[in-house]
Amino acid sequence: MLKRSIMASVAVLLLGGNAWAQDQSIIVQSTTSTANSGLFDYMLPIFQKETGIQVNVVAVGTGQAIKNAENCDGDVLLVHAKAAEEKFVAAGFGTKRTDLMYNDFVIVGPAADPAGVGGMQDVQGALAQIAEAGALFASRGDDSGTHKKEMALWADTGVDPLAASGTWYRETGSGMGATLNTGIGMGAYVLTDRATWISFENKQDFVIQVQGDEDLFNQYGVIPVNPAKCPAVKVDAAQTFADWLVSAEGQEVIAGFKIADQQLFFPNAPQN
Amino acid sequence: MGEALGLAVGLVLSGDADLLEIVLLSLRVSLTATAIACLVGLPVGALVAIGRFRGRNAVLILMNALMGLPPVVVGLLVYLHLSRSGPLGFLGLLYTPTAMIIAQAILITPIVAALSRQVLEDLHIEYAEQFRSLCLTRWQTVQALLWDARYSLLTVGLAGFGRAVAEVGAVIIVGGNIDHLTRVMTTAIALETSKGDLALALALGIILLVIALGVNAAVQAVRMTAARQAYV
Repeated sequence: MLKRSIMASVAVLLLGGNAWAQDQSIIVQSTTSTANSGLFDYMLPIFQKETGIQVNVVAVGTGQAIKNAENCDGDVLLVHAKAAEEKFVAAGFGTKRTDLMYNDFVIVGPAADPAGVGGMQDVQGALAQIAEAGALFASRGDDSGTHKKEMALWADTGVDPLAASGTWYRETGSGMGATLNTGIGMGAYVLTDRATWISFENKQDFVIQVQGDEDLFNQYGVIPVNPAKCPAVKVDAAQTFADWLVSAEGQEVIAGFKIADQQLFFPNAPQN
Repeated sequence: MGEALGLAVGLVLSGDADLLEIVLLSLRVSLTATAIACLVGLPVGALVAIGRFRGRNAVLILMNALMGLPPVVVGLLVYLHLSRSGPLGFLGLLYTPTAMIIAQAILITPIVAALSRQVLEDLHIEYAEQFRSLCLTRWQTVQALLWDARYSLLTVGLAGFGRAVAEVGAVIIVGGNIDHLTRVMTTAIALETSKGDLALALALGIILLVIALGVNAAVQAVRMTAARQAYV
């Protein structure tokens, strides 16, 4: 008798509480920058109030988010690595990619600025100068959107930072926030998206050193996962969310998200 | 540190609903995982403790080694099984508290089994002759040992619970740290750290410690009450 009631309570604990995760809820595979900046916390309650759809966000690096979505563990993908996103759609995992919004990347560094790159606009030039000076640089090293961007910028400079990995070039293999914490801890330059930087609360003596280059543009896209590949996908709710994001109203909500009076994301979905 | 302590006290006193939700989910997940680990681990530990069979040493080494299972590896294995593209994907359990319970149960069952095996084996050596004279079956021996060692085994259970409630590597992969769904204390701490809000992260850490203290105190109280009654 006792044994049976123990088993029953274990079963209840194990399975109870999942029911409310069903039906009108979708999983969005997204990036740490959108979640950590607070955009989702601001935006999702508005969406849920209008549609009744609960949006559950898994915030990981872009590389992992795409991988998870390819494993059918999400209904919508919202990341920032255009080439990888287009590959995802071309391989049939997503139905359609739409430009959603943008912000930009910046290079932050210690106020002492050991490589003397402060105020530079030419990002490749700044990176080359950091390499030349052998000043510490902390890289995500995790195949995220930011990491892909950084590697593309290095490729333009002709410097191979991986050859210096472990010396002045340090790959943390972690998320944006963790890499900022590490970089700030050791006084290293870090490439970060502006949204994460503005909302980051452990800046210490770090400031933005390099910004404004066209090559630092950071485009986000939204892709509903393709039911043809992933039959369990909640097609209607996923499409409703994607459509809402790119609608005039969703775009207005994105533009309205501010921290300390600074707009963090700039909507640029094509309007027709 | 002082700032974090103040924040922690403030958070608790304000009765923050989000915090309460996270604390309750942490307790639900880790206590359930501990219960499952005990249901499986204690009998296994007892059987190995009294058993004399070929390859017993290899089993002991394996059990002891599995105590060091890295949470992130357990998380990954459970993810690969529960993923929609995995063998158990049809269950739709990924990113639910159930997935987190499964991962933690796998993580701590070896701890419960290995520690209880040691406790029960020592006890068995003490009672071996008595058991023989009573002609107990193996199952009766297991039951007698488990009952007799119940207070020591509470500590074993607590060791398992402590490991479960403190780990972040497994639950963040299979739970996804989704707000209002699978966010627990440790993943919330990891999130606040990555946001650079170190004071809030530390405050949550202090609260987690206090919860662990509370659970341990509750178990200790049960144990002392029971012991008092036994000697009246």
